[in-house]
Amino acid sequence: MSNVVSALNGVSRSGIAVVEETGLRGMVTVRGDLASKAMGKALKDVIGAGVPEVRQISSGDKGAVAWMSPDELLVICDHGAADEVVAALNAALAGAHVLVVNVSDARAVFKVSGQSARDVIAKVAPVDLAPEAFEVGMMRRTRFAQVPAAFWMNANESFEVICFRSVAQYVFDLLAVASAEGSEVGFFN
Amino acid sequence: MLTLQCPYCGVWAEETELHAEGEAHLKRFGPGSDDEAFEAYLFMRENPKGVHFERWRHSNGCGKFFHAARSTTTLEVFGTYPAQTLEPPQEIKDKISAKYPGWSWREFA
Repeated sequence: MSNVVSALNGVSRSGIAVVEETGLRGMVTVRGDLASKAMGKALKDVIGAGVPEVRQISSGDKGAVAWMSPDELLVICDHGAADEVVAALNAALAGAHVLVVNVSDARAVFKVSGQSARDVIAKVAPVDLAPEAFEVGMMRRTRFAQVPAAFWMNANESFEVICFRSVAQYVFDLLAVASAEGSEVGFFN
Repeated sequence: MLTLQCPYCGVWAEETELHAEGEAHLKRFGPGSDDEAFEAYLFMRENPKGVHFERWRHSNGCGKFFHAARSTTTLEVFGTYPAQTLEPPQEIKDKISAKYPGWSWREFA
């Protein structure tokens, strides 16, 4: 068995916010009819979370489910559990027109935390990050400077960012510069 | 900067999150069609001063294609709508009519 490593091996940098690669994360792409009863039941049974509303992320005891597009969800779970989740979802959705695939190693995950986390994200993405506009439970696919990325916010105002693994170094460098010491914007607090 | 609302995910996306995908409502002519129709499908595009219908893709977002109706002179956006349609919704046509009475664009008016 090969030794599985995350894209940047858990690198971190701290300035006005702490930017860290969170390490391995299980991710499963689910495509199909999101409104179907079977989909809702399968996710409830396997993850413990319901189908999220448009641009939302819902969480359950075994992970979270993020809305990616009108026919696509991203299930986020433990890295080791991804294959089991795929098998369980495939079994639960047998007969339906769906695609369930393990994409855990396709992406890198970063965490941006600290008082100025909103500022840091707002510097690199064309998204309204005012506290009343972006709240816990929202999922936003967008771009970070020149590459596609997506992020959501945890309860403690820390952000989790996902991007493709091939651009992990770029995104980390970008976030590191955006969170450099002394670069506070202070627009949101 | 141009800001369009993606009809699928509801995001008010600015231009850099989107990708322009040319003219909307093109009718395909493939094998078996005559040369003139095929040429028109491939090359003949509207280049209006005023009302225009375009296809956009929310490329740095939900990834879906949608249509937008806007004015090329004032940059006013009349609305966006899903791409699974053969003509613009009446509500958007009415909005355009209010601003540009007697407008026409290809077969729409």
